[in-house]
Amino acid sequence: MKIMIPVDDSRETVCVSFGRAPYFLIHNTETGTAELIGNSAAEAQSGAGIKAAQLVVDKGADALVTVRCGQNAADVFKAAGVAIYRADGPSAAENLKALSEGKLSVLTSFHAGFHGKA
Amino acid sequence: MRVAVLSGKGGTGKTFVSVNLAATAKNAVYIDCDVEEPNGHLFLKPTYTNESPVYTLIPEFDAAKCTGCRKCVEFCRYNALVFVREKPMVFSEVCHSCGGCALLCPKDAVSEKPHSVGAVEEGTAGSVRVVTGIMNTGEVLAVPVIKAALRAGAGAEELTVIDCPPGSGCPVMESVMNADYCILVTEPTAFGFHNFQMVHKLVTLLGKPCGVVVNKTEEAYAPLEEFCAAHRTPVLLRIPYREELARLGATGQIAAEQDEETAALFRKLLTAVQKEGAR
Repeated sequence: MKIMIPVDDSRETVCVSFGRAPYFLIHNTETGTAELIGNSAAEAQSGAGIKAAQLVVDKGADALVTVRCGQNAADVFKAAGVAIYRADGPSAAENLKALSEGKLSVLTSFHAGFHGKA
Repeated sequence: MRVAVLSGKGGTGKTFVSVNLAATAKNAVYIDCDVEEPNGHLFLKPTYTNESPVYTLIPEFDAAKCTGCRKCVEFCRYNALVFVREKPMVFSEVCHSCGGCALLCPKDAVSEKPHSVGAVEEGTAGSVRVVTGIMNTGEVLAVPVIKAALRAGAGAEELTVIDCPPGSGCPVMESVMNADYCILVTEPTAFGFHNFQMVHKLVTLLGKPCGVVVNKTEEAYAPLEEFCAAHRTPVLLRIPYREELARLGATGQIAAEQDEETAALFRKLLTAVQKEGAR
């Protein structure tokens, strides 16, 4: 199972933004390996959440752990069958541990886009 | 002559000035480009003669023809497209209807289908022609509706008053793009002055001549006066802060038709605008 978490510049702390997070941490539970990738959607002028969701889907993630998530990205995850979990606390490592122990809850509320508000 | 009325800050009196100016000019076209909340019609009370829907084009994908090359998804600079479970998916409110995906598709699998975003209502109130752009609730792109409203009101020989949306973004730029002159409505407050400077910068950048109407005036607001003097921007009119104007507005009346003092002010504004615009 592949789990992705948006992380900030420290590369260890969960980023509060999903679409505009600078990096994603990809944890493979089968191999126990972790990979860090840059988020090419972070600088998008529009539809950053959608583009970031595309990245998550293309990486073959089964689950995403995030503080928050927009409705459009949530629609992509629903269509792709990616589960979304609510992050608990700032540490990416501790969130992975909590998820493996079944302690994270499923994220069910999504915010409207920020587009058109600039 | 096409006169755009804008302010940056909402609630400064764009619609108040637009409606009164159109009513004073008599032979005029009033176009409400504040399509999120058009309210000029509440004062002009036109008899509507025509309503036309506004559509944008949104891509549709033929699953039988699509080979999953993802060229459309990669092309979309608005990120309105994603590729999920071997097929493209569109977010219609993010799509800007550029048509690039349909042009680019090597398998001709993309067609464009109309998507309703709003309507344009046309009518008359006395000798004033009234055009109102109305965006559907839930839509986020105002520009297509503004374009349609401006198109419906175009071609007039007489004075055209364009009541702009608040702010200084794309919808405002679209509204003032074809104007010959801009009236910047402001109020003597820090907030009003701050946003006034933004729209002043915008119209200057667009090369539009402009003049200022200071609404709700009690005493001169020094930063505004200094700014106008430094930029050689004429103050065309000062409208006093009067309870009577609020009362007339609250009951949906056009002040220039009810109150002689206001009528005289707007005659003065009309003359000033015609003179400035003729330069």
